Amino acid sequence: MHDTDPQEKRSGLFRRFIDLPTDSVPKTIFVAVALCLVASMVVSAAAVSLRPIQAVNSLKDKQINILEVAGRYEPGVDVAAVFAEFEPRVVELASGTFADEFDAATFDDRAAASDPELSIALEDDPASITRQSKYVTVYLLRDATGAIDKLVLPIHGYGLWSTLYGFIALEEDGNDIFGLQFYQHGETPGLGAEVDNPRWKALWPGKRLSDEDGVLQITVDKTAPPAGADYHVDALAGATLTSVGVNNLVRFWMGEAGFGPFLSNLKSGEIS
Amino acid sequence: MSQTRKEMLTDPLVDNNPITLQVLGICSALAVTSSMQVALVMTLAVTFVTAFASMFISMLRNHIPSSIRIIVQMVIIASLVIVVDQFLKAFAYEISKTLSVFVGLIITNCIVMGRAEAFAMKNPPVASFIDGIGNGLGYGLILMLVGFIRELFGAGSLFGITVFETVNNGGWYVPNGMLLLPPSAFFIIGLIIWAFRSWKPQQVEKREYKIQTVEAH
Repeated sequence: MHDTDPQEKRSGLFRRFIDLPTDSVPKTIFVAVALCLVASMVVSAAAVSLRPIQAVNSLKDKQINILEVAGRYEPGVDVAAVFAEFEPRVVELASGTFADEFDAATFDDRAAASDPELSIALEDDPASITRQSKYVTVYLLRDATGAIDKLVLPIHGYGLWSTLYGFIALEEDGNDIFGLQFYQHGETPGLGAEVDNPRWKALWPGKRLSDEDGVLQITVDKTAPPAGADYHVDALAGATLTSVGVNNLVRFWMGEAGFGPFLSNLKSGEIS
Repeated sequence: MSQTRKEMLTDPLVDNNPITLQVLGICSALAVTSSMQVALVMTLAVTFVTAFASMFISMLRNHIPSSIRIIVQMVIIASLVIVVDQFLKAFAYEISKTLSVFVGLIITNCIVMGRAEAFAMKNPPVASFIDGIGNGLGYGLILMLVGFIRELFGAGSLFGITVFETVNNGGWYVPNGMLLLPPSAFFIIGLIIWAFRSWKPQQVEKREYKIQTVEAH
Protein backbone atom coordinates (compact mmCIF):
# COMPACT_ATOMS: atom_id res chain seq x y z
CA MET A 1 0.00 0.00 0.00
CA HIS A 2 1.27 3.46 -0.83
CA ASP A 3 0.42 6.97 0.10
CA THR A 4 -2.88 7.97 -1.43
CA ASP A 5 -3.04 10.60 -4.08
CA PRO A 6 -6.42 12.34 -3.90
CA GLN A 7 -6.22 13.39 -7.57
CA GLU A 8 -5.93 9.86 -8.82
CA LYS A 9 -9.05 8.09 -10.04
CA ARG A 10 -10.11 5.31 -7.71
CA SER A 11 -12.35 2.40 -8.37
CA GLY A 12 -13.49 -0.72 -6.55
CA LEU A 13 -14.40 -1.37 -2.93
CA PHE A 14 -10.79 -1.67 -1.74
CA ARG A 15 -9.85 1.72 -3.15
CA ARG A 16 -12.94 3.31 -1.65
CA PHE A 17 -11.88 2.13 1.79
CA ILE A 18 -8.31 3.30 1.25
CA ASP A 19 -9.59 6.78 0.39
CA LEU A 20 -11.69 7.13 3.54
CA PRO A 21 -10.42 9.59 6.13
CA THR A 22 -7.85 7.66 8.21
CA ASP A 23 -9.52 8.22 11.56
CA SER A 24 -13.07 7.42 10.47
CA VAL A 25 -14.79 4.38 11.98
CA PRO A 26 -15.17 2.39 8.71
CA LYS A 27 -11.53 2.93 7.86
CA THR A 28 -10.45 1.86 11.35
CA ILE A 29 -12.45 -1.35 11.05
CA PHE A 30 -11.17 -1.90 7.51
CA VAL A 31 -7.52 -1.48 8.52
CA ALA A 32 -7.95 -3.78 11.52
CA VAL A 33 -9.63 -6.54 9.51
CA ALA A 34 -7.30 -6.28 6.52
CA LEU A 35 -4.17 -6.27 8.67
CA CYS A 36 -5.30 -9.24 10.73
CA LEU A 37 -6.12 -11.19 7.56
CA VAL A 38 -2.74 -10.51 5.99
CA ALA A 39 -0.84 -11.16 9.23
CA SER A 40 -2.65 -14.42 9.90
CA MET A 41 -1.94 -15.63 6.37
CA VAL A 42 1.76 -14.83 6.70
CA VAL A 43 2.03 -16.52 10.09
CA SER A 44 0.14 -19.64 9.10
CA ALA A 45 2.05 -19.94 5.83
CA ALA A 46 5.34 -19.86 7.75
CA ALA A 47 4.13 -22.29 10.39
CA VAL A 48 2.65 -24.81 7.98
CA SER A 49 5.47 -24.76 5.46
CA LEU A 50 8.20 -25.13 8.09
CA ARG A 51 6.48 -27.75 10.26
CA PRO A 52 7.96 -30.82 8.51
CA ILE A 53 11.52 -29.49 8.98
CA GLN A 54 10.81 -28.69 12.62
CA ALA A 55 9.41 -32.15 13.29
CA VAL A 56 12.54 -33.70 11.79
CA ASN A 57 14.73 -31.50 14.03
CA SER A 58 12.85 -32.36 17.16
CA LEU A 59 12.90 -36.09 16.38
CA LYS A 60 16.58 -35.99 15.50
CA ASP A 61 17.38 -34.22 18.76
CA LYS A 62 15.69 -36.97 20.75
CA GLN A 63 17.38 -39.67 18.69
CA ILE A 64 20.80 -38.09 19.22
CA ASN A 65 20.19 -38.16 22.97
CA ILE A 66 19.23 -41.82 22.86
CA LEU A 67 22.36 -42.60 20.86
CA GLU A 68 24.51 -40.58 23.24
CA VAL A 69 23.24 -42.25 26.37
CA ALA A 70 23.77 -45.67 24.78
CA GLY A 71 27.29 -44.70 23.73
CA ARG A 72 26.53 -44.92 20.00
CA TYR A 73 26.86 -41.24 19.10
CA GLU A 74 29.84 -39.62 17.45
CA PRO A 75 29.70 -36.25 15.72
CA GLY A 76 28.89 -36.72 12.07
CA VAL A 77 27.23 -40.12 12.23
CA ASP A 78 24.05 -40.74 10.29
CA VAL A 79 21.67 -40.39 13.21
CA ALA A 80 18.68 -42.02 11.55
CA ALA A 81 20.71 -45.02 10.39
CA VAL A 82 22.26 -45.69 13.81
CA PHE A 83 18.94 -45.10 15.51
CA ALA A 84 17.39 -47.77 13.31
CA GLU A 85 19.45 -50.32 15.30
CA PHE A 86 17.29 -49.50 18.32
CA GLU A 87 13.98 -51.25 18.81
CA PRO A 88 11.39 -48.92 20.32
CA ARG A 89 8.74 -50.69 22.41
CA VAL A 90 5.90 -49.42 24.56
CA VAL A 91 5.93 -50.83 28.10
CA GLU A 92 2.99 -51.00 30.47
CA LEU A 93 4.62 -49.92 33.72
CA ALA A 94 2.27 -51.63 36.20
CA SER A 95 2.66 -55.11 34.72
CA GLY A 96 6.13 -54.56 33.34
CA THR A 97 5.22 -56.13 29.99
CA PHE A 98 5.27 -54.87 26.43
CA ALA A 99 2.05 -53.19 25.38
CA ASP A 100 2.02 -53.98 21.70
CA GLU A 101 -1.38 -52.40 21.12
CA PHE A 102 0.50 -49.11 20.75
CA ASP A 103 2.78 -48.32 17.86
CA ALA A 104 6.07 -47.43 19.53
CA ALA A 105 7.18 -45.32 16.59
CA THR A 106 4.35 -42.85 17.07
CA PHE A 107 3.43 -43.23 20.75
CA ASP A 108 3.84 -39.90 22.58
CA ASP A 109 4.73 -40.41 26.25
CA ARG A 110 4.28 -36.77 27.18
CA ALA A 111 0.86 -36.53 25.59
CA ALA A 112 -0.10 -39.79 27.32
CA ALA A 113 0.91 -38.36 30.71
CA SER A 114 -1.79 -35.71 30.43
CA ASP A 115 -4.44 -38.04 28.97
CA PRO A 116 -6.75 -39.25 31.78
CA GLU A 117 -7.28 -42.56 29.94
CA LEU A 118 -3.60 -43.33 29.71
CA SER A 119 -2.21 -41.89 32.94
CA ILE A 120 -2.65 -41.90 36.68
CA ALA A 121 -2.49 -39.06 39.20
CA LEU A 122 0.30 -39.83 41.62
CA GLU A 123 -0.28 -39.64 45.36
CA ASP A 124 3.21 -40.69 46.34
CA ASP A 125 5.14 -38.44 44.00
CA PRO A 126 8.83 -38.05 44.95
CA ALA A 127 9.79 -36.97 41.42
CA SER A 128 7.09 -34.21 41.48
CA ILE A 129 5.60 -35.07 38.11
CA THR A 130 1.91 -34.99 39.24
CA ARG A 131 0.67 -37.39 36.55
CA GLN A 132 2.44 -40.46 35.26
CA SER A 133 1.72 -42.17 31.98
CA LYS A 134 0.77 -45.83 32.38
CA TYR A 135 2.64 -46.60 29.17
CA VAL A 136 6.18 -45.52 28.34
CA THR A 137 8.38 -45.93 25.26
CA VAL A 138 11.67 -47.72 25.87
CA TYR A 139 14.46 -48.38 23.39
CA LEU A 140 16.17 -51.75 23.17
CA LEU A 141 19.52 -52.33 21.56
CA ARG A 142 20.07 -55.97 20.59
CA ASP A 143 23.35 -57.71 19.84
CA ALA A 144 24.03 -59.95 16.84
CA THR A 145 22.25 -62.94 18.40
CA GLY A 146 19.10 -60.92 19.06
CA ALA A 147 19.56 -60.82 22.85
CA ILE A 148 19.11 -57.48 24.59
CA ASP A 149 22.42 -55.65 24.84
CA LYS A 150 21.30 -52.32 26.26
CA LEU A 151 18.08 -50.72 27.45
CA VAL A 152 17.36 -47.01 27.17
CA LEU A 153 14.62 -45.89 29.56
CA PRO A 154 13.10 -42.39 29.66
CA ILE A 155 13.08 -40.64 33.05
CA HIS A 156 11.91 -37.26 34.20
CA GLY A 157 11.31 -35.33 37.39
CA TYR A 158 11.58 -31.98 39.06
CA GLY A 159 14.92 -30.47 40.05
CA LEU A 160 15.23 -26.97 41.48
CA TRP A 161 13.57 -24.82 38.80
CA SER A 162 12.45 -27.18 36.11
CA THR A 163 11.46 -30.66 35.09
CA LEU A 164 14.51 -32.57 33.91
CA TYR A 165 13.87 -34.93 31.00
CA GLY A 166 16.42 -37.57 30.23
CA PHE A 167 17.32 -41.16 29.54
CA ILE A 168 19.07 -43.82 31.57
CA ALA A 169 20.85 -46.61 29.72
CA LEU A 170 21.18 -50.00 31.43
CA GLU A 171 23.23 -53.07 30.56
CA GLU A 172 21.52 -56.28 29.50
CA ASP A 173 21.04 -57.41 33.13
CA GLY A 174 18.78 -54.39 33.79
CA ASN A 175 20.83 -53.48 36.84
CA ASP A 176 24.19 -52.06 35.76
CA ILE A 177 24.04 -48.47 34.61
CA PHE A 178 25.65 -47.69 31.27
CA GLY A 179 24.89 -43.98 31.20
CA LEU A 180 22.54 -41.19 32.18
CA GLN A 181 21.77 -38.01 30.31
CA PHE A 182 19.26 -35.20 30.45
CA TYR A 183 18.16 -33.62 27.20
CA GLN A 184 15.90 -30.90 28.52
CA HIS A 185 16.03 -28.91 31.72
CA GLY A 186 16.20 -25.35 33.02
CA GLU A 187 18.54 -25.69 35.99
CA THR A 188 20.93 -22.92 37.10
CA PRO A 189 23.77 -22.45 34.61
CA GLY A 190 27.10 -23.33 36.18
CA LEU A 191 25.48 -25.11 39.15
CA GLY A 192 22.48 -27.38 38.55
CA ALA A 193 23.09 -27.33 34.81
CA GLU A 194 26.31 -29.21 35.52
CA VAL A 195 24.12 -32.33 35.15
CA ASP A 196 25.21 -31.87 31.53
CA ASN A 197 28.90 -31.81 32.43
CA PRO A 198 30.61 -34.84 30.85
CA ARG A 199 32.73 -35.25 33.98
CA TRP A 200 29.65 -35.68 36.15
CA LYS A 201 27.89 -37.91 33.64
CA ALA A 202 31.02 -40.08 33.62
CA LEU A 203 30.34 -40.96 37.27
CA TRP A 204 27.30 -43.02 36.26
CA PRO A 205 28.61 -45.85 34.11
CA GLY A 206 29.34 -48.97 36.15
CA LYS A 207 27.04 -48.07 39.03
CA ARG A 208 24.33 -50.52 40.04
CA LEU A 209 20.64 -49.94 40.74
CA SER A 210 19.83 -52.74 43.21
CA ASP A 211 21.90 -55.00 45.47
CA GLU A 212 21.88 -58.84 45.34
CA ASP A 213 18.64 -58.95 47.35
CA GLY A 214 16.89 -56.79 44.76
CA VAL A 215 16.64 -53.76 47.05
CA LEU A 216 16.96 -50.46 45.18
CA GLN A 217 20.15 -48.87 46.51
CA ILE A 218 21.23 -46.26 43.95
CA THR A 219 21.56 -42.77 45.44
CA VAL A 220 22.84 -39.38 44.41
CA ASP A 221 24.21 -37.93 47.62
CA LYS A 222 27.15 -36.10 49.13
CA THR A 223 28.25 -39.19 51.04
CA ALA A 224 28.24 -42.84 50.08
CA PRO A 225 25.40 -44.95 51.48
CA PRO A 226 26.05 -48.09 53.62
CA ALA A 227 25.53 -50.21 50.53
CA GLY A 228 28.81 -48.93 49.13
CA ALA A 229 30.30 -46.94 46.33
CA ASP A 230 28.81 -49.15 43.61
CA TYR A 231 25.42 -47.68 44.40
CA HIS A 232 26.47 -44.08 44.91
CA VAL A 233 26.88 -41.13 42.57
CA ASP A 234 28.46 -38.05 44.09
CA ALA A 235 26.09 -35.06 44.29
CA LEU A 236 26.83 -31.93 42.26
CA ALA A 237 28.78 -29.30 44.19
CA GLY A 238 26.69 -26.21 44.81
CA ALA A 239 23.52 -27.79 43.44
CA THR A 240 21.98 -29.59 46.40
CA LEU A 241 18.37 -29.30 45.25
CA THR A 242 19.09 -30.38 41.68
CA SER A 243 21.01 -33.37 43.07
CA VAL A 244 18.14 -34.25 45.38
CA GLY A 245 15.80 -33.98 42.39
CA VAL A 246 17.97 -36.29 40.28
CA ASN A 247 18.20 -38.73 43.19
CA ASN A 248 14.43 -38.74 43.63
CA LEU A 249 13.61 -39.11 39.97
CA VAL A 250 16.11 -41.90 39.34
CA ARG A 251 14.91 -43.82 42.40
CA PHE A 252 11.27 -43.19 41.46
CA TRP A 253 11.63 -44.42 37.87
CA MET A 254 13.82 -47.38 38.79
CA GLY A 255 11.48 -48.29 41.68
CA GLU A 256 8.21 -50.20 41.86
CA ALA A 257 6.12 -47.27 40.60
CA GLY A 258 8.41 -46.91 37.59
CA PHE A 259 10.32 -49.57 35.67
CA GLY A 260 10.70 -51.93 38.68
CA PRO A 261 8.24 -54.58 37.37
CA PHE A 262 9.68 -54.33 33.86
CA LEU A 263 13.24 -54.77 35.10
CA SER A 264 12.34 -57.75 37.31
CA ASN A 265 10.53 -59.38 34.37
CA LEU A 266 13.67 -58.82 32.37
CA LYS A 267 15.88 -60.39 35.04
CA SER A 268 13.62 -63.43 35.40
CA GLY A 269 13.65 -63.86 31.65
CA GLU A 270 9.89 -63.41 31.25
CA ILE A 271 10.47 -60.80 28.59
CA SER A 272 13.36 -60.50 26.26
CA MET B 1 15.05 14.80 9.47
CA SER B 2 18.42 16.20 8.55
CA GLN B 3 20.23 12.98 9.40
CA THR B 4 22.02 11.26 6.58
CA ARG B 5 21.42 7.55 6.06
CA LYS B 6 24.88 6.75 7.40
CA GLU B 7 24.17 8.68 10.55
CA MET B 8 20.92 6.81 10.99
CA LEU B 9 22.88 3.60 10.94
CA THR B 10 25.78 4.63 13.17
CA ASP B 11 24.03 6.98 15.56
CA PRO B 12 22.32 4.23 17.58
CA LEU B 13 25.63 2.42 18.10
CA VAL B 14 27.00 4.83 20.69
CA ASP B 15 25.44 8.28 20.57
CA ASN B 16 21.83 7.14 20.73
CA ASN B 17 22.24 3.56 21.85
CA PRO B 18 18.88 1.90 22.60
CA ILE B 19 20.18 0.20 25.74
CA THR B 20 22.60 2.68 27.26
CA LEU B 21 20.89 5.94 26.31
CA GLN B 22 17.27 5.10 25.58
CA VAL B 23 17.42 2.37 28.28
CA LEU B 24 15.13 0.04 26.31
CA GLY B 25 15.28 -3.72 25.97
CA ILE B 26 17.06 -4.31 29.26
CA CYS B 27 15.00 -7.41 30.10
CA SER B 28 16.22 -9.49 27.19
CA ALA B 29 19.74 -8.10 27.60
CA LEU B 30 19.81 -9.82 31.00
CA ALA B 31 18.38 -13.07 29.76
CA VAL B 32 20.27 -13.93 26.60
CA THR B 33 23.81 -12.72 27.29
CA SER B 34 25.22 -15.68 29.21
CA SER B 35 26.79 -16.96 26.00
CA MET B 36 27.96 -15.02 22.95
CA GLN B 37 26.45 -17.38 20.40
CA VAL B 38 22.98 -16.93 21.83
CA ALA B 39 23.52 -13.17 22.09
CA LEU B 40 24.51 -13.07 18.43
CA VAL B 41 21.40 -14.94 17.27
CA MET B 42 19.24 -12.71 19.46
CA THR B 43 20.92 -9.64 17.91
CA LEU B 44 20.18 -10.87 14.40
CA ALA B 45 16.59 -11.71 15.29
CA VAL B 46 15.94 -8.34 16.93
CA THR B 47 17.65 -6.45 14.08
CA PHE B 48 15.54 -8.30 11.52
CA VAL B 49 12.32 -7.70 13.41
CA THR B 50 13.04 -4.03 14.16
CA ALA B 51 14.05 -3.26 10.57
CA PHE B 52 11.10 -4.97 8.90
CA ALA B 53 8.54 -3.92 11.51
CA SER B 54 9.66 -0.29 11.09
CA MET B 55 9.52 -0.62 7.32
CA PHE B 56 6.03 -2.13 7.18
CA ILE B 57 4.66 0.27 9.77
CA SER B 58 6.17 3.18 7.85
CA MET B 59 4.57 1.96 4.61
CA LEU B 60 1.19 1.91 6.32
CA ARG B 61 1.71 5.02 8.41
CA ASN B 62 -0.75 7.22 6.49
CA HIS B 63 -3.48 4.61 6.82
CA ILE B 64 -3.09 3.64 10.45
CA PRO B 65 -5.98 5.17 12.45
CA SER B 66 -4.53 6.76 15.56
CA SER B 67 -7.08 5.06 17.81
CA ILE B 68 -5.71 1.59 17.04
CA ARG B 69 -2.15 2.44 16.07
CA ILE B 70 -0.46 0.60 18.96
CA ILE B 71 -2.47 -2.54 18.20
CA VAL B 72 -1.61 -2.31 14.51
CA GLN B 73 2.07 -2.01 15.39
CA MET B 74 1.82 -4.97 17.75
CA VAL B 75 0.14 -7.14 15.12
CA ILE B 76 2.91 -6.43 12.62
CA ILE B 77 5.68 -6.97 15.18
CA ALA B 78 4.10 -10.14 16.57
CA SER B 79 3.66 -11.66 13.10
CA LEU B 80 7.31 -11.01 12.24
CA VAL B 81 8.46 -12.49 15.55
CA ILE B 82 6.43 -15.65 15.01
CA VAL B 83 7.93 -16.01 11.54
CA VAL B 84 11.45 -15.60 12.98
CA ASP B 85 10.67 -18.12 15.72
CA GLN B 86 9.43 -20.65 13.18
CA PHE B 87 12.54 -20.18 11.04
CA LEU B 88 14.84 -20.66 14.03
CA LYS B 89 13.01 -23.84 15.02
CA ALA B 90 13.42 -25.13 11.50
CA PHE B 91 16.99 -24.13 10.73
CA ALA B 92 18.75 -23.49 14.07
CA TYR B 93 17.08 -25.97 16.38
CA GLU B 94 19.82 -26.07 19.03
CA ILE B 95 19.90 -22.29 19.35
CA SER B 96 16.13 -22.00 19.37
CA LYS B 97 16.11 -24.45 22.29
CA THR B 98 18.50 -22.20 24.22
CA LEU B 99 16.65 -19.00 23.33
CA SER B 100 13.31 -20.71 24.01
CA VAL B 101 10.81 -18.17 25.26
CA PHE B 102 13.01 -15.13 24.61
CA VAL B 103 12.39 -15.17 20.87
CA GLY B 104 8.68 -14.80 21.57
CA LEU B 105 9.49 -12.03 23.99
CA ILE B 106 11.01 -9.93 21.19
CA ILE B 107 7.37 -8.87 20.74
CA THR B 108 7.57 -7.07 24.06
CA ASN B 109 11.08 -5.72 23.44
CA CYS B 110 10.66 -2.00 23.91
CA ILE B 111 13.21 -1.23 21.17
CA VAL B 112 10.96 -2.56 18.40
CA MET B 113 7.90 -0.78 19.68
CA GLY B 114 9.87 2.34 20.60
CA ARG B 115 11.34 2.76 17.11
CA ALA B 116 7.98 2.04 15.48
CA GLU B 117 6.24 4.69 17.52
CA ALA B 118 9.03 7.27 17.62
CA PHE B 119 10.46 6.95 14.12
CA ALA B 120 8.55 4.76 11.68
CA MET B 121 5.19 6.51 12.20
CA LYS B 122 6.71 9.78 10.95
CA ASN B 123 9.32 8.74 8.39
CA PRO B 124 9.39 7.05 4.98
CA PRO B 125 9.97 3.28 4.66
CA VAL B 126 13.63 3.23 3.60
CA ALA B 127 14.70 5.58 6.39
CA SER B 128 12.67 3.54 8.88
CA PHE B 129 14.28 0.33 7.69
CA ILE B 130 17.77 1.79 8.15
CA ASP B 131 16.81 3.18 11.54
CA GLY B 132 15.62 -0.29 12.53
CA ILE B 133 18.87 -1.90 11.42
CA GLY B 134 20.87 0.76 13.27
CA ASN B 135 18.97 0.29 16.50
CA GLY B 136 19.12 -3.50 16.21
CA LEU B 137 22.88 -3.25 15.83
CA GLY B 138 23.17 -0.80 18.72
CA TYR B 139 21.27 -3.29 20.86
CA GLY B 140 23.49 -6.06 19.53
CA LEU B 141 26.69 -4.17 20.31
CA ILE B 142 25.80 -4.00 23.99
CA LEU B 143 24.56 -7.59 23.96
CA MET B 144 27.85 -8.80 22.52
CA LEU B 145 29.88 -6.73 24.99
CA VAL B 146 27.92 -8.08 27.94
CA GLY B 147 27.99 -11.59 26.48
CA PHE B 148 31.76 -11.40 26.01
CA ILE B 149 32.34 -10.50 29.66
CA ARG B 150 29.80 -12.99 31.01
CA GLU B 151 30.86 -15.96 28.93
CA LEU B 152 34.60 -15.34 29.25
CA PHE B 153 34.63 -14.88 33.02
CA GLY B 154 31.58 -16.96 33.85
CA ALA B 155 32.31 -20.04 31.79
CA GLY B 156 35.90 -19.51 30.58
CA SER B 157 34.89 -19.72 26.94
CA LEU B 158 33.93 -17.57 23.94
CA PHE B 159 31.35 -18.77 21.41
CA GLY B 160 31.54 -22.10 23.23
CA ILE B 161 35.28 -22.44 22.56
CA THR B 162 37.31 -22.84 25.72
CA VAL B 163 39.64 -19.94 26.44
CA PHE B 164 40.30 -20.48 30.14
CA GLU B 165 40.31 -24.17 31.12
CA THR B 166 37.93 -24.32 34.10
CA VAL B 167 38.61 -26.21 37.31
CA ASN B 168 35.59 -28.47 36.67
CA ASN B 169 37.29 -29.70 33.51
CA GLY B 170 40.69 -30.09 35.12
CA GLY B 171 42.07 -26.63 34.31
CA TRP B 172 43.13 -23.71 36.48
CA TYR B 173 40.33 -21.18 36.06
CA VAL B 174 37.71 -20.88 38.80
CA PRO B 175 34.69 -19.47 36.95
CA ASN B 176 32.67 -16.67 38.47
CA GLY B 177 29.27 -18.34 38.68
CA MET B 178 27.46 -15.09 39.39
CA LEU B 179 28.27 -13.88 35.87
CA LEU B 180 26.18 -16.71 34.44
CA LEU B 181 23.13 -15.55 36.37
CA PRO B 182 20.96 -12.76 34.93
CA PRO B 183 21.53 -10.16 37.70
CA SER B 184 25.21 -9.87 36.76
CA ALA B 185 24.14 -8.26 33.47
CA PHE B 186 22.70 -5.38 35.51
CA PHE B 187 26.14 -4.59 36.91
CA ILE B 188 27.83 -4.95 33.54
CA ILE B 189 25.27 -2.79 31.71
CA GLY B 190 25.55 -0.23 34.52
CA LEU B 191 29.32 -0.13 34.10
CA ILE B 192 28.96 0.19 30.31
CA ILE B 193 26.55 3.12 30.72
CA TRP B 194 29.02 4.72 33.12
CA ALA B 195 31.86 4.23 30.63
CA PHE B 196 29.81 5.62 27.72
CA ARG B 197 28.77 8.68 29.69
CA SER B 198 32.31 9.39 30.86
CA TRP B 199 33.42 9.18 27.24
CA LYS B 200 30.50 11.29 25.94
CA PRO B 201 29.43 13.60 28.77
CA GLN B 202 26.56 15.03 26.67
CA GLN B 203 24.70 11.76 27.32
CA VAL B 204 24.45 12.52 31.02
CA GLU B 205 20.87 13.38 31.87
CA LYS B 206 20.02 16.59 33.65
CA ARG B 207 19.22 16.16 37.30
CA GLU B 208 15.52 16.19 38.02
CA TYR B 209 16.14 17.78 41.37
CA LYS B 210 18.72 19.98 42.95
CA ILE B 211 20.21 19.27 46.32
CA GLN B 212 19.43 22.25 48.50
CA THR B 213 21.88 23.54 50.98
CA VAL B 214 20.29 24.76 54.16
CA GLU B 215 22.05 27.66 55.70
CA ALA B 216 22.89 27.27 59.34
CA HIS B 217 21.27 29.83 61.56
